[in-house]
Amino acid sequence: MAIQRKAIALLSGGLDSLLAVKVIQEQGILVEGVNFYTGFCVEGHTHAIRKKDEKKQKRNNALWSAELLGIKLNIVDISEEYKDIVINPKHGYGANLNPCLDCKIFMVEQANAMLNKARQLAVEGGFDFIITGEVIGQRPKSQRKETMPIIARESGADDRLLRPLCAQNLPATLPEREGWVDRDKMYDFSGRSRKPQMALAKKFGFEDYAQPAGGCCFLTDESYSKKLADLWSARGEKAYEIDDIMMLKMGRHIRPAPHYKLIVSREEGENNFMMGYRKQYPSIKITSHSGPLTLIDGTPSDDDLIYAAKIAGRFSKGRMEDEMTVEITKLGGVTTTHTIRPMRPEEVDQGWYV
Amino acid sequence: MYNMAHHQLDTQGLLCPMPVIKTQNKIKELAIGDTLEVVASDPGVMHDIPAWCRINGHTIVESSKEDRLCTILIEVCDS
Repeated sequence: MAIQRKAIALLSGGLDSLLAVKVIQEQGILVEGVNFYTGFCVEGHTHAIRKKDEKKQKRNNALWSAELLGIKLNIVDISEEYKDIVINPKHGYGANLNPCLDCKIFMVEQANAMLNKARQLAVEGGFDFIITGEVIGQRPKSQRKETMPIIARESGADDRLLRPLCAQNLPATLPEREGWVDRDKMYDFSGRSRKPQMALAKKFGFEDYAQPAGGCCFLTDESYSKKLADLWSARGEKAYEIDDIMMLKMGRHIRPAPHYKLIVSREEGENNFMMGYRKQYPSIKITSHSGPLTLIDGTPSDDDLIYAAKIAGRFSKGRMEDEMTVEITKLGGVTTTHTIRPMRPEEVDQGWYV
Repeated sequence: MYNMAHHQLDTQGLLCPMPVIKTQNKIKELAIGDTLEVVASDPGVMHDIPAWCRINGHTIVESSKEDRLCTILIEVCDS
């Protein structure tokens, strides 16, 4: 009796990985999915926080894909280990601070470690190979003809890495040579067009699938990358904590001086979320008028906090008033009340906005 | 006779998928028949944790959402 072969699939929740799994399932391979959480995942976060998005569908597309495919999914938090990829990408950044090639290598490497662990322990039902939804030419930084062998080699997966959507454009891998999968039943997709994938989705009866605009990672976003670069510049080192990268997704960022910046909530949902961070950051609350919660990142002096309160006042309902009452809470929880004159909109230097 | 244990997991303040990851990792430590009550502030859990349970063969006993607090009770099954 033939051995039941198993594959582990990198399942992002996008259309390509969904199709790649389906193509391999059709060949009788058992597939399990793995999804990596880097901390920079766009999915869900802003929708979960912002009040205006309250009614939007909140689904994790990787889970949704796994359910559609009928496969198990392991979601792995790699946010700590991932820092080194973001800070020191061997292959550099893409258009923004997106280390896409290093990221893909890292994720395949993680999947390969799972595969190797099962093989070394001779675990029954261990994985035989890895599949991804990569397509040659689909992404300018990581999915190019010349990067495909780099990912296979540097991840350690070598010829156990199979890309079903473009396999016919690449040298035969172990699963193909061993006859576990039929090369002729895979595809030769290439380029940025999504039409072949959409046609294949239609063939499989997939009508509803995620199509994230601009990718699934905040690091591909120009505005987000600018904020991260500003953080590194202000701190004098390329380093971050998970709370930092959460805060970069939140509010307006205003830096009136190199050693501190304001994070001003833009709406009720952000306000509620940022309330949970008041013990980690000095905060400014406007008490005399309706206004946003402001957190201060950095090392502000007492005078800086008063100045920051004036800036925060500009975003309150009392922005044109002569006086406003604010509460400033420092790290450690000591709160003081101050009367300030809020800055007028034209007094907030446009160059302060990050 | 098995001793079914009840466990609790507080994921308030975390955004998805972290509550799902914490739930997944906690369930790996539990025995079949145990129950796990997950409390979360991200409303996304009302969709994601049941989806994760369906995929991995665990049962949602009950779930509720009051104000901003979501509570999901899971029974660990043989998956």
